[in-house]
Amino acid sequence: MPLLHSGRRRTKLDRKYNGPPRQGPVRHISPAQLNLERVYEQNRANVQKRDATKLPEPAPGPAAKGKPRLLLMGQRRSGKSSISSVVFHKMPPNETLFLESTARIQKDSMHSFMDFQVWDFPGQVDFMDPSFDLDAIFGEIGALIWVIDAQDEYLEAINRLNNTILNLQPTYPNINIEVFIHKVDGLSDDYKLDIQRDIMQRIQDELSDHGVENAPINFHLTSIYNHSIFEAFSKVIQKLIPHLPTLEALLNDLCRSCRFEKAYLFDVLSKIYIATDPSPVDMPSYEICSDYIDVIVDVSEIYGWGRSPEYITSLEGEPWNTKIEDQVACKDAESAIVLTDMKRPIMLREVNKYLALVAVMREGSFERMPLVTLNVDTTVQGLAEVFEITKQKEARG
Amino acid sequence: MEHMSNLSIHDDGAASSPVSEPRKQKKKKVLLMGKSGSGKSSMRSIIFSNYVAKDTRRLGATIDVDLSHVKFLGNLTLNLWDCGGQDAFMENYLSQQRQHVFSNVGVLIYVFDIESRDFDRDLLTYRSIIGALSQFSPTASVYILVHKMDLVVPNQREEIYSDRVSLIEAKSDSFSPIPFATSIWDQSLYKAWAEIIHDLVPNLDQIEKHLGSLGKIIMAEEVLLFERSSFLVVSSWCSDVGGQNPTTDRFERLSNIIKNFKQSTSRYTGTPKSAEQFSLFELKLNIFSMFIIKFTTNTYLAVILPPGEERFNSAMENCYIARQQFEELDSPAKRGTDRGATGEVAA
Repeated sequence: MPLLHSGRRRTKLDRKYNGPPRQGPVRHISPAQLNLERVYEQNRANVQKRDATKLPEPAPGPAAKGKPRLLLMGQRRSGKSSISSVVFHKMPPNETLFLESTARIQKDSMHSFMDFQVWDFPGQVDFMDPSFDLDAIFGEIGALIWVIDAQDEYLEAINRLNNTILNLQPTYPNINIEVFIHKVDGLSDDYKLDIQRDIMQRIQDELSDHGVENAPINFHLTSIYNHSIFEAFSKVIQKLIPHLPTLEALLNDLCRSCRFEKAYLFDVLSKIYIATDPSPVDMPSYEICSDYIDVIVDVSEIYGWGRSPEYITSLEGEPWNTKIEDQVACKDAESAIVLTDMKRPIMLREVNKYLALVAVMREGSFERMPLVTLNVDTTVQGLAEVFEITKQKEARG
Repeated sequence: MEHMSNLSIHDDGAASSPVSEPRKQKKKKVLLMGKSGSGKSSMRSIIFSNYVAKDTRRLGATIDVDLSHVKFLGNLTLNLWDCGGQDAFMENYLSQQRQHVFSNVGVLIYVFDIESRDFDRDLLTYRSIIGALSQFSPTASVYILVHKMDLVVPNQREEIYSDRVSLIEAKSDSFSPIPFATSIWDQSLYKAWAEIIHDLVPNLDQIEKHLGSLGKIIMAEEVLLFERSSFLVVSSWCSDVGGQNPTTDRFERLSNIIKNFKQSTSRYTGTPKSAEQFSLFELKLNIFSMFIIKFTTNTYLAVILPPGEERFNSAMENCYIARQQFEELDSPAKRGTDRGATGEVAA
């Protein structure tokens, strides 16, 4: 029965794979959005499905001024498209195996707490060629992300990166250059650090030979199979947020007054954290908070179906006699879980349709939850105001 | 607790050796059988040992019979026999160990690999197993899991599955097997096992009745009772409104979500995966609210409510009050013979 054997171990080369053809990043609408955001995204996806060329948003390009831009560059097959699919399209990491190689620049517009664009470049094209309009590409750039495959020969990649930096430095000295040393899953910790040191050394040497010192280059060890890619993107995006210090100060105050161990402000859709309190970020707490968002989103998806109006009316009748809006304490999603180990609670609170505040609390502090809720309320108001102000500025500018 | 031999639990297999082993009366023998490599040990590890699907890759072949005792709700101990499926072992079960293996069986779970190249031979083996079973445990119930469904192209799943099932049913003698299509990569596995477990738990009808009255009192939309370690839904009640939920596979999905999150918490806290991971979970949205609490020794209780702070708090309070009553249903041995007489749920 040949049909039964077609499913297993599908690779890009396997001709027998008879699933749907996969081209470019697939838009994966999955449970990753709370309330409004989900509806919005679904509508957008539907429109996109119906008419692939017409987006409900302004197409990225010269018209979309003021949106920071993330450029993904690097050698071919280094994992650029996989990164953007996993981080921004919720694709499960093992499905990235089916991605075709990118032939032309893929422009993605991310509509979130802050609008930004992600441009995915084909690896084989050299953009230093004078036939390209450098200003159109690098003019409004927020960060240049250079992906290096750590499991492959990387000398060529470093050479190209150096050339790019040297070419850009005179004209655009303020571009943040983020080097993702990618595919490090499966490498030993020592080996990872060796590679990182080697790559840093080579780049620094080359640049200082050409008289470029202190170029803003950062290095990240990443893999799509764990949270490291989200963590790296979090750091990249944070540099683009103008009011980051304010957000951090708010979170810091909250942590002090409620005695939180760690608080994160998450972008729910991509699960990038856009701000955190100043205590050092540890991977485990980031992971647990990000997984907790998944739980909330998945559960809300199961039970968040629309109840009939008659039922709602009956809930507002005897013995309550109040509107359902007044029966709830908080109009946004709020949630908490108490871990058995050390009795540590984790709390989540929706800030607006894109953002959620997630915090790990001190052990045994669940009894003080009402007080915490009050403090969180105030902080959330503060956060909302911060975003309101920047939005107005953008509108005026 | 096993000394309480006077409990009136109907063990299907008890008839064959009631006098010689009065202590084992409560241990139902569950046989897990199927061809080698069909995924028996994988599913057992996922359900009972908190493995995630990809962890099962490191499992080797089962040699002979892998015995395990799984403590479960209502003082039930599952006596799980994971039988290695290689031909040599199979022959051994059917000849020398025939009586040893097939006597006193409560449940036979037979796993078919959908990808199998020689389905006719699988059927033949199945047929001899059924023969042996009808000889020694004619009252056993039989479940058929058609496994690895994820390897079939989605639009053909239905057709191939029903085709297989009808062939299997034709070979089942006097037994009427209950079929399931499963895969370790989605929630279908939880659905199958939840139903199997559901049939095994003693005094479940009582638990269900009490769960219903609890649900009505706290005005819940849905009340679910989870087994502590496997997080399978053992019992559920839902109101008229709760029943309108368009997500019909929600129990399995919920099991799946919570089990996955338990993996994360165990990584975070550094405690073993089998340990209890959380004691309370609450979620309040403007369309519904929900909580999951540690309930009795072996269970967690999940309650889905309409939104509203007062409703939420009083419901949780009531559930904690009801806990005592359920504790007695859960481990009846503590109270002895009058276990059936537990009163109404506290209001």
